[in-house]
Amino acid sequence: MRVFTDSRIEKAERELLAADKPRISVGLATCGISVGGDRVFEEFKRLIEEKGYDVSLKKTGCIGFCKEEPLVNVKLPGKAILVLHRVTPEDVPEILQKVESGDDSFNKVLFQIDVWDHKTVPPISYGQPYEGIKRWQEIDFFKYQEKLVLRNAGIIDPESIEEYLAVGGYRALAKALNMSPEEVIEEVKISGLRGRGGAGFPTGLKWEFTRKEKSDKKYVICNADEGDPGAYMNRNEMESDPHSLIEGMIIGAYAVGADEGIIYVRAEYPLAVERLQRAVEEAREWGFLGKNILGSDFSFDIKIVKGAGAFVCGEETALIASIEGRIGRPRPRPPFPAQRGLWGKPTNINNVETWMNIPLIILKGGEWFKQFGSESNSGTKVFSLVGKVNNVGLVEVELGTPLSRIVFDIGKGAPGGKKIKAVQTGGPSGGCIPEWLFDTPVDYVNLAKLGSIMGSGGIVVMDEDTCMVDTARYFLDFTVDESCGKCVPCREGLKRMLDILDDITKGRGKKEDISLLKELASTVKVTSLCGLGQTAPNPVITTLKYFEDEYIEHVVRKRCPAKVCVELIEYEIDEEACTGCGMCARRCPVSAITGEIGKSFSIDKDKCIKCGTCLDVCKFNAVKKVSRGLEDG
Amino acid sequence: MDFKVVDEIIDKYKDPSGRILGILEDIQDTYNYLPKEVMVYVSKKLNVPLSSLYSVATFYSFFNLEPVGEHLISVCMGTACHVKGAPELLESLKHLLGIDVNEVTDDGKFVLTTTDRKFSLSSARCFGCCSMAPVIRIDDRIYGYVKIKDLPAILKEYGWKEK
Ligand SMILES: Cc1cc2nc3c(=O)[nH]c(=O)nc-3n(C[C@H](O)[C@H](O)[C@H](O)COP(=O)(O)O)c2cc1C
Ligand code: FES
Repeated sequence: MRVFTDSRIEKAERELLAADKPRISVGLATCGISVGGDRVFEEFKRLIEEKGYDVSLKKTGCIGFCKEEPLVNVKLPGKAILVLHRVTPEDVPEILQKVESGDDSFNKVLFQIDVWDHKTVPPISYGQPYEGIKRWQEIDFFKYQEKLVLRNAGIIDPESIEEYLAVGGYRALAKALNMSPEEVIEEVKISGLRGRGGAGFPTGLKWEFTRKEKSDKKYVICNADEGDPGAYMNRNEMESDPHSLIEGMIIGAYAVGADEGIIYVRAEYPLAVERLQRAVEEAREWGFLGKNILGSDFSFDIKIVKGAGAFVCGEETALIASIEGRIGRPRPRPPFPAQRGLWGKPTNINNVETWMNIPLIILKGGEWFKQFGSESNSGTKVFSLVGKVNNVGLVEVELGTPLSRIVFDIGKGAPGGKKIKAVQTGGPSGGCIPEWLFDTPVDYVNLAKLGSIMGSGGIVVMDEDTCMVDTARYFLDFTVDESCGKCVPCREGLKRMLDILDDITKGRGKKEDISLLKELASTVKVTSLCGLGQTAPNPVITTLKYFEDEYIEHVVRKRCPAKVCVELIEYEIDEEACTGCGMCARRCPVSAITGEIGKSFSIDKDKCIKCGTCLDVCKFNAVKKVSRGLEDG
Repeated sequence: MDFKVVDEIIDKYKDPSGRILGILEDIQDTYNYLPKEVMVYVSKKLNVPLSSLYSVATFYSFFNLEPVGEHLISVCMGTACHVKGAPELLESLKHLLGIDVNEVTDDGKFVLTTTDRKFSLSSARCFGCCSMAPVIRIDDRIYGYVKIKDLPAILKEYGWKEK
């Protein structure tokens, strides 16, 4: 096809390979920016202009190793990509000088990429590897990963459709348009792909429902509401590789017979909106969107709608209501969106990551896709590994990978040698899985067996300093806040549960509370209208199941073993360790700390508001949290 | 009040999908909250009952019905930030800014504003920077790995003075 021989693609290929001049790309997804990546980029830009260096400066997305950001890829002609970590604006002059003089002894090199498999084209050899520098796949963080969805993230420039095309982009679309819609659906069915938005519904089957509906108008929607607080893979996927989402949606629209697509993005993701907007315009210019796509008789276009901060709008019927300009309240299903969706028309909704798997499935085939993952859970999943774990970041592994591999081999355990207690998966709808069950393979089936869910892929690691009762309370506080209020069990039941948990964390709990909690949890679970209420008790049920002893400590001994529940702890200064520097007293917002410089300080417990400032500012670890409980007075 | 800007915003949204949310979002971007006169105007112009506009505005946490201060500070209260000490950050910020702890606006949303209207403080549910927890956002800038001890220095970038 003519578009694919456009000279601009060849130019992009040369740029990716830094064939003509050195290429520097700065990881500029929101995560990289939040730790100063934008300042690094600006400094590169300023100096390159000022000194007239012959270097091409690009943006790239996030390769997933968020712990090491800001990341900068440096590629000299003919050589492998060097990935430098924790780069600051102060490092920039030296990097540029070395690039300019061809000196490759860079500081802060974390790993190198000599060959990379973008999957949509044969593996690309980026250049000669350097000696004595680890290849990316030799690093524990990447060793166990399989990058299908994140195949381009952190390598290509997400603001350049040419670079996406240079690594095989939009070829799947061309292939799909030469298939019948039924054949496309069949391929997706063979792949066994299940929806990545939480429930894991088979994607091919869902498409078939929408395909079979007779209507003058159909829609496809991308659910980019990413409501789970603590999960951010969809944000990164959109910011790092927006075109593969768009390509997936175009193929899906062709398969189900839709001519209009909507990407519903949460308000908190302005950069994702910006990059998508740009990508949609580029796709239109190149003829991948609009009328008669690639010369076929299929027409389709995409628009972006911003959400406005409501977790429940991630639920598909609420999301549709929200696009229609109403408040986002779910309605009972059936009818499913495939029958009556946006503006009453058949609508196919999929999650960002679901869509992003589609180009690969079409290009390489459903059978190829099935080689990844486990039985009835094919493919990979991107997890956001966060919380009390050393290697925080986005981790894409085959479904069926054991939790221990993710948390210990990739995540490298908890910082400070602390003991990991549990992980929370699935956000407010999920549950806590204790460390002794970490050999569980992570997939839809096995997590459900433990009372949790896979959800959208958030994994929040909790260590000995995390209180499980507080965690349960935290999630209920969230769901009570986000409950739309339409059905009684969710609106009232959850609130009652929250009251009880509030009491327990404040030392006012009674023994009966625990059985009452269990009873309420099971009632809300079976009687709520939508998924929010039906799953909201999960964090309580699982913490009660695996950590009942912590509840009992709070209720019986009025003690918080993890020293988190504010009402049950006190701050103290260890006289031995205190050097009398007075820093804590200066920073205490309520002047609760007194003492003499050079001697030692102490905290007035009646005045103390337990904000934790003294603990944070003390350089000598002299401030301690204690939770005495009843027995030890 | 000059409604020309509002007309321009409304004109931008011809397609019904996402229209109401888009218009309200742009209005808030312009005025930093949703002024009542503007809501009345939009309601007439779109022929949508004022009550349904307000029910949308109060349902979604993004919208402010009261003006916010010159700089809006949001503390992420997502799960990753929660386990890494976000509640203490919020507590500490309230004290640094001298904002009364129990103040809540009429619409029940949590936004607290200093008396000189320089700063507003609110909480948010995840900015998608969970790997950098705990995270705060001031205006458009996100700060990762925030420690209580760093707060005064960060606030000073926005003209805050130690009392
Ligand atoms: C309370 C609630 C919140 C949800 N939030 C999201 C979300 O943030 N993102 C998402 O993709 N799906 C979310 N879902 C699931 C959607 O309803 C729907 O199943 C999904 O978008 C379908 O896409 P998939 O088949 O590709 O997974 C949520 C469901 C419920 C009940
Ligand atoms: S939990 Fe705070 S940014 Fe996601």
